[in-house]
Amino acid sequence: MLGSGLLQGLAVTAKNLAGSFHDPARYVTTEYPEQRTKLPENYRNFPFLVHDDPADPNGTLRCVACQICEKECPPQCIYIVMERDEKGKALRRPKVFDLDISVCISCQICVEVCPFDAIKMDQEYEIATRNRFGGLLLHREDLSKSNAYYHQIHPTEAAGVDAALAEQKAKQAAAKAAKAAPAPKAAATTATPATAATAQDSAISPAPAAPPPASAPDTPANPAPANPPPDA
Amino acid sequence: MSAHPANALPLLERLPVALRDACTSWLPESWRWLANSLLSIVAIFVVFATLFALLTLAERKILGRVQNRPGPNRAPLPFLGIRTYGLAQPLADGIKMLTKEDIVPRGADRVLHFLAPVALLAFSILTFAVIPYGRALLPVELDAAVLYFFAAGAATELAIFMAGWASRNKYSLLAAMRALAQLISYELPLLLSIVPVVLVAGSLSTSEIVEQQGTWLFGVFPQWHVFTPWGFAGFLIFFVAALAESNRSPFDLPEAESELIAGHLTEYSGFKYALFFMAEYFGMCALSGMGVTLFLGGWQAPIPALAFIPSYGWFAAKLLALLFVFMWIRATFPRLRIDQLTRLAWKFLVPLALVNLFTAAFWVLSSGWAGPLAFARWLVAGTLVLGPFLVLGRRLSAGLGPRTYRYA
Amino acid sequence: MSAAGELAGLSAAPGTTVRAVNDPFHGDLLEVSMGPHHPSTHGVFRMMVTLDGETVVKLKPVFGYLHRNHEKLGENTTYLGSMPYTDRLDYLNSMTNNWAYALAVEKLSGQPVPERAEYLRIILAELTRLLNHTCLAGFLLQDTGCSGTPLMYAFREREHILDLFEALSGSRMMCNYQRFGGCRVDPTPGWLAAAARLVDGYGRFLDEYEALITGNEILMARTQGVGVLQPDLAVNAGATGPMLRACGVDYDLRKVDGYGFYPRFEFRVPLGDHGDTYDRYMIRVLEMRESIRILQQALRDLPAGPIIDAKAKNRGLRPKAGEAYGRIEGPKGEIGFYLISDGGPNPYRYRVRPPSFINLTVLEDMCLGQTVADAVVILGSVDIVLGEVDR
Repeated sequence: MLGSGLLQGLAVTAKNLAGSFHDPARYVTTEYPEQRTKLPENYRNFPFLVHDDPADPNGTLRCVACQICEKECPPQCIYIVMERDEKGKALRRPKVFDLDISVCISCQICVEVCPFDAIKMDQEYEIATRNRFGGLLLHREDLSKSNAYYHQIHPTEAAGVDAALAEQKAKQAAAKAAKAAPAPKAAATTATPATAATAQDSAISPAPAAPPPASAPDTPANPAPANPPPDA
Repeated sequence: MSAHPANALPLLERLPVALRDACTSWLPESWRWLANSLLSIVAIFVVFATLFALLTLAERKILGRVQNRPGPNRAPLPFLGIRTYGLAQPLADGIKMLTKEDIVPRGADRVLHFLAPVALLAFSILTFAVIPYGRALLPVELDAAVLYFFAAGAATELAIFMAGWASRNKYSLLAAMRALAQLISYELPLLLSIVPVVLVAGSLSTSEIVEQQGTWLFGVFPQWHVFTPWGFAGFLIFFVAALAESNRSPFDLPEAESELIAGHLTEYSGFKYALFFMAEYFGMCALSGMGVTLFLGGWQAPIPALAFIPSYGWFAAKLLALLFVFMWIRATFPRLRIDQLTRLAWKFLVPLALVNLFTAAFWVLSSGWAGPLAFARWLVAGTLVLGPFLVLGRRLSAGLGPRTYRYA
Repeated sequence: MSAAGELAGLSAAPGTTVRAVNDPFHGDLLEVSMGPHHPSTHGVFRMMVTLDGETVVKLKPVFGYLHRNHEKLGENTTYLGSMPYTDRLDYLNSMTNNWAYALAVEKLSGQPVPERAEYLRIILAELTRLLNHTCLAGFLLQDTGCSGTPLMYAFREREHILDLFEALSGSRMMCNYQRFGGCRVDPTPGWLAAAARLVDGYGRFLDEYEALITGNEILMARTQGVGVLQPDLAVNAGATGPMLRACGVDYDLRKVDGYGFYPRFEFRVPLGDHGDTYDRYMIRVLEMRESIRILQQALRDLPAGPIIDAKAKNRGLRPKAGEAYGRIEGPKGEIGFYLISDGGPNPYRYRVRPPSFINLTVLEDMCLGQTVADAVVILGSVDIVLGEVDR
């Protein structure tokens, strides 16, 4: 009969009108600034750099300025300059690490290609700024966040990363102990097996040729002890 | 508002008139009628402007709730900062509309462009004059009140045409043409649907039509027109035509958002836009009020035991219920196409309304039938209503229907 | 196009001859530029419509307002670097775009894919199909003039699927999930349980949605017999997907190519007989019900194992010189990527076959003789996303 479909539709809307007052499944609005949904652990938006010691956020960055992410970044929003001492020797840490998040597409490829677990995806989304040019260009100081913060936003992933780094360090220490006696010089060219080694990144690999002075057990990629005497 | 002759009405019933008389009692007798009329106009305008403000909010709230969201609920009260479930939203909207830039397109006809919203609002306010809001509340007692109402109401579409034409915008022009087609198509079923009421009541006066619906069958069942076969059919036709006359969904073709941006409103901004909006709601209120008056017993209480509630309270309740249905329908239906709209009017509503005239005539003639004949009276009248509906409905929806699908 | 009018019974007798715009005898035709800023052109699409009264006598689609050089970018980016850009083609269906691109690269480099990854790809592709068709149903009804209600119901359910995507890949719409040789993230058991819950509840949503609107007489009047597409024209124009199947042509790449593990699943392909807007809407609703069946089977049979091939190389991929075309049945039709490698790190040629762009080519044929209100609905039923049309 003409009109039965119309009445059926009216019944559905009436059900939803009534349901919005008592059925949570029919009242789905989250009133944002007051209420917030819990972000899933995997949520990503923009990258940040992990440092290990909150007391020295720029000195203990895991980043060694290898520029792999800069090369792989699809929209090319990363700009890195390595820090060098007076003699021009590379210090394996970034002097400049700029990331333009007005260009970044949050694709996470920098995270995937980083062999040092130095760059990770942040979950901070309230980043609106009044300065449309400078305000969205993040520098090394803005990007540097602690490992504890990383654990807080991506607990599972961060635990895995820490375990892998610890394992890698233990392996290196063992290899070092084995090799240290016969050929201390030869170790200078070994690269870590875990990194997909290209010619470029083996040159600046964190795999330290000499044993770190065992002073910083929780700073596996700290570049300071990675400058062993054989290089000099 | 003409005072009821009987001063024996209860206090609540008399209150609005008594207040008015108290206000004007200090004037000389010869001036009092003018002051009384002006006060009535002010009262109507204040009441319906407030209702308009609340209706815009209610519509958005209802639409929101139907769509599983809260609707506007954040506008705080001014200076206090308290959110009152969005009650201050109309105020915020009003301030926004008043402070917006009033843009007139360069090529527009400036006079008509300005005149259109004014004319529209004026015409839609005129219709409020003859609706009996309560036992003692009828602004103008006219013998041909029903005729006056529809004459004034029909002029609103002309104003929409003015707006569409004057805007010098292609979408507006299309909307203007649609508005005219809609006006011509739906004026007829609207009028034909109320002719049976006039026929049965034997009067064009709205107050008399309401008075006649004030009896109860077996002491409980109200004798409103809608509870008769012809009245039911007439009410449905009236309602559909009223939806079309007030440009409400599913007949909101002149301002079809998804097709014509905003139709005749495309080139309007600021307070002129607000006036259009206001006129649309005024038209909706007036048509609902007329529907209540003609079919739903006007200000009469549904059962005698509830007659202690003042009559204007009942009128307001019925009006709001009808307005809710307007919004409910808007929240549910898609929009018709212009050719389907006119086809619905000419091939479905007009024939049905004509047949309904005969049904009403039969109802009047058979009013003396009693006993088993009363049953036959209902049967015949019911068949006269339902039969044409089924036949015409089938013809209207020929070739349309649910389909079955095959699978590869 | 008079066939459309005859079939409709309700639609206006179409004007068959195209008159001059300024015709002193019959009156002027009205040229309206609908879009690129129009509420119903689904983005920045523009239709130059010539109207005789309300009847469309000429329609010229204009696009390119969202052109972003996608294909040239692909030729200047590494193979992996193009993956996130494919998300942005048809931004509703990033998972299927990813899959088609990954398939093309896997063909080019001869990369095998583990079983679990193939299942995950099917799960995510079918979830994407649900998502896309739900959105389309909402948008289409919005175009017919519903005041947002079906759209909001559709978006309510879409949110649940987007939540799943977000929990898995980290992003709601720009998933960037597939990799050459597998997938990026392994779903947790909790995720799979949530997906199963959603799939089981989806049929109820579809029932309610259909109760709301499918039997609605106004919708039938607005869509049945409107925008009829003849099967031969559809085939000649290269239309694919639900658009083609609504004309009754049985062509579904999931059956034809049998890519992935689709031959292992039991599902049917619904076909329409009229090729009008109502069929295009209904075919999508029926496809959603079939997708639910596929999803239930896939979630039940999901094997354990690695999600990416152990030897898979994503970064620094340099496939041997050659060419490959990877295509899948996307929600909108055949989404394909054609790649030529010269052995370098970037593709020598990178070409997208965008379904909504190719489906759009028959727009004028469907709209002629219909009213301007129909043109909007017909455009809605084509299901375009301008990110893919303009690339």
